[in-house]
Amino acid sequence: MSPHTPTPSQGTITRVSGPVVQVRGLTAPRMYEVVKVSNMGLMGEIIEIKKGIVSVQVYEETGGIGPGEPVFGTGGVMSVELGPGLLEAIYDGIQRPLQAIEEESQSHFIARGIETPGLSRVKKWEFTPTRKQGEAVTEGDILGTVPETTLITHKIMVPPGISGTIEKIDAGSFTVTDTVAVIKTENQVIPVTMLQRWPIRTPRPKKEKIFPAEPLITGTRSIDMFFPIAKGGAGCIPGPFGSGKTVTQQSLAKYSDAQVIVYIGCGERGNEMTEVLKEFPHLIDPNSGEALMKRTILIANTSNMPVAAREASVYTGITIAEYYRDMGYSVALMADSTSRWAEAMREISGRMEEMPGEEGYPPYLASRTAEFYERAGSVRTLGTDDRLGALTVIGAVSPPGGDLSEPVSQSTLRVTKCFWGLDALLAYRKHFPSINWLTSYSLYVPNIEDYWKKNVAPDFPVIRKEAMELLQREAKLLEIVKLVGMESLSHEEKLTLEIARALREDFLFQNAFDPDDAFTPLIKQYYIIKAIMTIFKEGSVAAQQEKFDFNNFASLSVIKEIPTLKTFPVESLDHFKSFIERAVTDIRALVTN
Amino acid sequence: MVHKEYKTAEAISGPLLIVEGIRGVTYDELVEVRIPGEKKIRLGKVLDAMETRAVVQMFEPTAGMSADGAKVSFRGETATLGVSTSMLGRVFSGGGDINDGGPAIIPDTHLEINGAAINPFSREYPNDFIQTGISSIDVLNTLVRGQKLPIFSGAGLPHARLAAQIARQAKVRSGENFAIVFGTMGVSFDEAAYFKKAFEQTGALDRAVLFLNTAADPVVERIMTPRLALTTAEYLAFEKGMHVLVILTDMTNYCEALREISGARKEVPGRRGYPGYMYTDLSTLYERAGRVKNKDGSITQIPILSMPDDDKTHPVPDLTGYITEGQFIISRELNTQGLFPPVDVQGSLSRLWSAGVGEGKTREDHAQVKDQLFASYASGKEARELAVVLGEASLSQNERLHLEFANRFEKEFIHQGEFEERTIEASLNLGWKLLSMLPRESLKRIKPQTAQKYLAS
Repeated sequence: MSPHTPTPSQGTITRVSGPVVQVRGLTAPRMYEVVKVSNMGLMGEIIEIKKGIVSVQVYEETGGIGPGEPVFGTGGVMSVELGPGLLEAIYDGIQRPLQAIEEESQSHFIARGIETPGLSRVKKWEFTPTRKQGEAVTEGDILGTVPETTLITHKIMVPPGISGTIEKIDAGSFTVTDTVAVIKTENQVIPVTMLQRWPIRTPRPKKEKIFPAEPLITGTRSIDMFFPIAKGGAGCIPGPFGSGKTVTQQSLAKYSDAQVIVYIGCGERGNEMTEVLKEFPHLIDPNSGEALMKRTILIANTSNMPVAAREASVYTGITIAEYYRDMGYSVALMADSTSRWAEAMREISGRMEEMPGEEGYPPYLASRTAEFYERAGSVRTLGTDDRLGALTVIGAVSPPGGDLSEPVSQSTLRVTKCFWGLDALLAYRKHFPSINWLTSYSLYVPNIEDYWKKNVAPDFPVIRKEAMELLQREAKLLEIVKLVGMESLSHEEKLTLEIARALREDFLFQNAFDPDDAFTPLIKQYYIIKAIMTIFKEGSVAAQQEKFDFNNFASLSVIKEIPTLKTFPVESLDHFKSFIERAVTDIRALVTN
Repeated sequence: MVHKEYKTAEAISGPLLIVEGIRGVTYDELVEVRIPGEKKIRLGKVLDAMETRAVVQMFEPTAGMSADGAKVSFRGETATLGVSTSMLGRVFSGGGDINDGGPAIIPDTHLEINGAAINPFSREYPNDFIQTGISSIDVLNTLVRGQKLPIFSGAGLPHARLAAQIARQAKVRSGENFAIVFGTMGVSFDEAAYFKKAFEQTGALDRAVLFLNTAADPVVERIMTPRLALTTAEYLAFEKGMHVLVILTDMTNYCEALREISGARKEVPGRRGYPGYMYTDLSTLYERAGRVKNKDGSITQIPILSMPDDDKTHPVPDLTGYITEGQFIISRELNTQGLFPPVDVQGSLSRLWSAGVGEGKTREDHAQVKDQLFASYASGKEARELAVVLGEASLSQNERLHLEFANRFEKEFIHQGEFEERTIEASLNLGWKLLSMLPRESLKRIKPQTAQKYLAS
């Protein structure tokens, strides 16, 4: 709750231009205060105050609204409701449940002026206290737990800014607005409910950010092996349309080993959100064996929904994500697409007649983008138990024409440390995921090298680096081949091409639509690479011998079997080990007898 | 409601009219302008509503309009269209006037032409396979009911013939209650006439509603045309339970009209002078496709647009591609070789293909055949490039086979007659026939069990 609630005031509309409405006569308007526009009660937010005239961005269509109609101040800023019931929900950009909107609209079209709380007021949750009466608690301490879904235990925390002694705490079945505990602070007695509110544009507090050192395991081979993102990191996926941004994002939402997923469909296709809605309840999370929906929160503000709500949707999503991070979970947030968010900012800015920056985007585009991605992080949360939580943020960027020199891509690249560049040419050749291995990068590799060495294999970083170099060498060799043909290459060069092709086609290529191929555990990824690179190394040694014949090498059974490596069962790594042994023997045999 | 009339039009600038001294005007409301001596009322809508002033965007040209004496009245409602099933078989102008000399339509109901956003929660995921009878579409870029899939074309390419063939042959396996809504924006008379004739010949005209704005018709009317078409489509689909195929051509002309209005408003332009909100504007058209819960009907959209200079990164195809669920790209190269339909299968994409294929929809082997055809065709094209540089003689045996495959794939699989209709089974079998030219180990996308069943025979 806002600490000081000024008396709500009333003003009059003086101008309506698309989603921006100008209002006169509001007393003491505050920036980002929520207002209700016209008697229809359309929700809006104050975004500028100038000489008694305030500009309001309205989260619903403004057709039929005109000067002279009233505007009501609410005194509160744009906030989200936090508490049990968020998981499995699907919200619009301002946290209205789409199901409730459907019921109130009584139509498949979205009606206007619908006011519906983000969390159900009637549903009862089983609250189990973890603290006792008389105990001292401080902000962020866990008071009790609620089994929210079979996967996630919701932790009810002391709201930020409060510390004191527990006067009363009860176990039982409560709605989110019932008082579950009473905390006596120095000068106040504060009832605590399971429902808390937090302003969306303010990052939730934490004790400190810590250095992210663990990878987010996604099951996507090119990401985990070559361009990994840390838990608590920030990454971006830019790419032209059709290059697979959404498929990659969805695949991360499905298979990554984060505990909670917040998926924001920001200004994207309606059918895509429907697909997620239909699919996730049936898909099984490979890490937990439960339905994916049980750990997922969806925010859907499709492209044809009001543009101002699209601007708000990323903040709504990230605030919810931070809330679960504060419980000590590892959360991953996918925003598809941040370009649409930036365009919403541009549209509002244009309507306000602000001085434009590059390509008509407002001058504050870069700082807003940076602020958003900085909300990612691996953190030590509030509370005396020193919980660790992580929020990984992955934003898709849709650069016009695939040209990365445009402002949204550039301001995103400056603040994200992981870049998965989707390539139109690879997509054209139907190589998916079309992450270009020559231009993409991850600056998290040094952070997580120790994790790999400890949890997968000591030589993981070395093999990874060698494979990367091989791919880079291939690019150079292919230039030469285009000019002079294969025949003029040395044995070793041919070998490089052959193995690099295997890396591309049998490792990097991954079919997100094939249930057997969509997710590869990290240990298996390691063994595939290890097998391929062993063949390369043994081959390189053999190629030095005079007896070596490339065609004999290429027709070895182990070479032909490389494509089957990814189908080896992960349960028995012996398959890989014996394959590697056989490869070594066979290749050595080529030049010994 | 009493409509006050104002004679205080102060300025006319391009398609915009500025009215002063007004009161109680609302955003987006419909405006009627009467010019002394003119019988017809000109229509517009409010773009910017201020306390005593309004900026009105006219739906028809302001040519011959004078600020003096013009009577402007504000209707207090947004623009609507009177709709009824008797619209089927009729031809309207791009502004919604009857254009075929027939009787007036007695509306069943009036619907707002801007429509409303469909709640994503209320949508039903499109998953009914539509058989177009065209192999390059059915197998490789499968169309499903409720999808929006544009045709990206260029000057001089046969997109009209392709669209007509799709409209003629499109079939679903479940019951038929289908209709076509066709809207043209700024196309030549010939093209509009071609479609009309094509619909007539197959008897589809009785099931079609046409909104025709040709190059000779007013530019600003083009803003209305697709909205009228889609409003009609929504009525037929969601009120009357029909499966509606909406064809809109040419979206590039629509966007140019949008640019013209934006320029007249002196807005800060985005790329190539198109307004910054063009993405949002286009989405309010394209997103009016789909299926919704508890309704039988569906809207499938095939917008056609021409890419200036065949440039896919031009704002119109670019923004369209970001909204639609894929695209069919017409290849100038294949067209030059005389192949029809010249679909650039690699550049084309159907995002919803996976929902439409597989056992019970098409056939169990569909996904693998599709993946393999793509992969082998890509290898074949690489071999072709290599052959251009080094000569065919320097290709390996494997590369030669792939080159041969690519050639036959284009001539036999992609190419088919304008009136040739292939069932999905025939198309898939053709795919297998071509794949059998290649050595088994190069068919990496085919799983062993599938190969055993389809490749051995």
